Amino acid sequence: MTAIGRMVRRGLGAIAAALAVLLAGAAAAADAPLVAAAADLRFALSEIAERFRRDTGAAVRLVFGSSGNFARQIRQGAPFAVFLSADEAYVFDLARDGFTEDEGTLYGIGRIVLTVPRGSPLALDGTLDDLARAIRDGRLRRFAIADPEHAPYGKRAEEALRSKGIWEAIRPFLVYGENVAQAAQFATSGNAQGGIVAYALALSPQLESLAGHALIPAAWHAPLRQRMVRLRGAGPVADRFYGYLQEEPARAIFRRYGFVLPGEPVTE
Amino acid sequence: MDWVALRLSLELAGLTVLLLLPIGVALGRFLAYRAMRGKEILEALVALPLVLPPTVFGYYLLVAFGAASPLGRAWQALFDRPLVFTFEGLLLASVIFNLPFAVQPMQRAFEAIAPDLRAAAACCGMSPWRVLLRIELPLAWPGILTALVLAFAHTLGEFGIVLMVGGAIPGETETIAIAIYDRVQAFDDRAAAQMAMFLLVFSLATIAVTFFASRRVGRRLG
Repeated sequence: MTAIGRMVRRGLGAIAAALAVLLAGAAAAADAPLVAAAADLRFALSEIAERFRRDTGAAVRLVFGSSGNFARQIRQGAPFAVFLSADEAYVFDLARDGFTEDEGTLYGIGRIVLTVPRGSPLALDGTLDDLARAIRDGRLRRFAIADPEHAPYGKRAEEALRSKGIWEAIRPFLVYGENVAQAAQFATSGNAQGGIVAYALALSPQLESLAGHALIPAAWHAPLRQRMVRLRGAGPVADRFYGYLQEEPARAIFRRYGFVLPGEPVTE
Repeated sequence: MDWVALRLSLELAGLTVLLLLPIGVALGRFLAYRAMRGKEILEALVALPLVLPPTVFGYYLLVAFGAASPLGRAWQALFDRPLVFTFEGLLLASVIFNLPFAVQPMQRAFEAIAPDLRAAAACCGMSPWRVLLRIELPLAWPGILTALVLAFAHTLGEFGIVLMVGGAIPGETETIAIAIYDRVQAFDDRAAAQMAMFLLVFSLATIAVTFFASRRVGRRLG
């Protein structure tokens, strides 16, 4: 009995020691401001944040997801300092209800593309004529878009498919990503013949190595006016990052990832 | 490999187990020995996280912890930070969704102790605390160990509830299970594969060690 008792005590001692180590680590947790960003920014913003860190020595923590989800989380008290939304409506709603410092600023206008992975029977055709044919002749089995309910790029994809008049026909083939990056992952995983995703993602080296892309006419959907805003209580580092995003080095990166910048013309 | 997420997961699992040890012993022992009306309801409540879809459970926790809820408001007033999307909120959620994994094996272990033995100890004049420390805990130890290991491993793997209550914030609520999901979306298959393999090996090892340890303890007692 005493042997067991000793074992119990030794076990508890080991657990306590392990926890002391863990707690010491928890105290040193990072306190860099949190930036919630629409999933289409995954590659562009990571580059900008890296440059920001090199230029200023300050760091931010990036979280990527769907803009609709972030807006809901901010209302529930999520500790974000800056929010970059793919749809400015979410920013205006948050501003109206007093969650933000101001109404923010436009940082770019996004575009959607048809993405077609290597080996897919779909043609790289931004007019979606070949997509419409593929639905009829059985080449299309699965097609990925972001969830139109809460992901702006999903909403625009739906609008473009409606403009083309193939929304009802393509619905049985659709798979929905929780956000546009997941839709891109679905579209290029080899399990779907293609998808409609953000131009900014299609231009990333990761995606370009897996799939080709073709721009879908901007007139077929409402513009993806993307707005960023500082949330109430954003600190000095967040302010600096917010300012940095509007300066030339950051603008050049946005441009390279296919965003149309405020005050610059749309080119086809 | 996302070391920040891994450390966060280990911290979460370690603290969850530490909190669940006294709760599980108290609740498991209570359910094993106390006869009362409506005990089945209490047992059903403890078992609920086993059968409820994680998103349903996560949704209710999100509502219960949210900035508009009484608990969320009280927490904000006390500690000046929200309960959702924080490590503390995740820890509280983790303790709740792990209750069945901790309580049920402990309850079975306490039930397996012969009633004569406890009666004899009480007859000899041992206080209830001494009976617990000297008789019950040593006999129930394999069950308690199994409970803690299950809760630890389950915390590392839980996804739906963590995503809903935590919001995947790096260094705060992004556990290794969420980091794998994030890496897949970033087309970083290598990191995803590494972390998935780590979780697989770690889970297998902890379960194997538990089985080994409980069998050895069982044999020594037998």
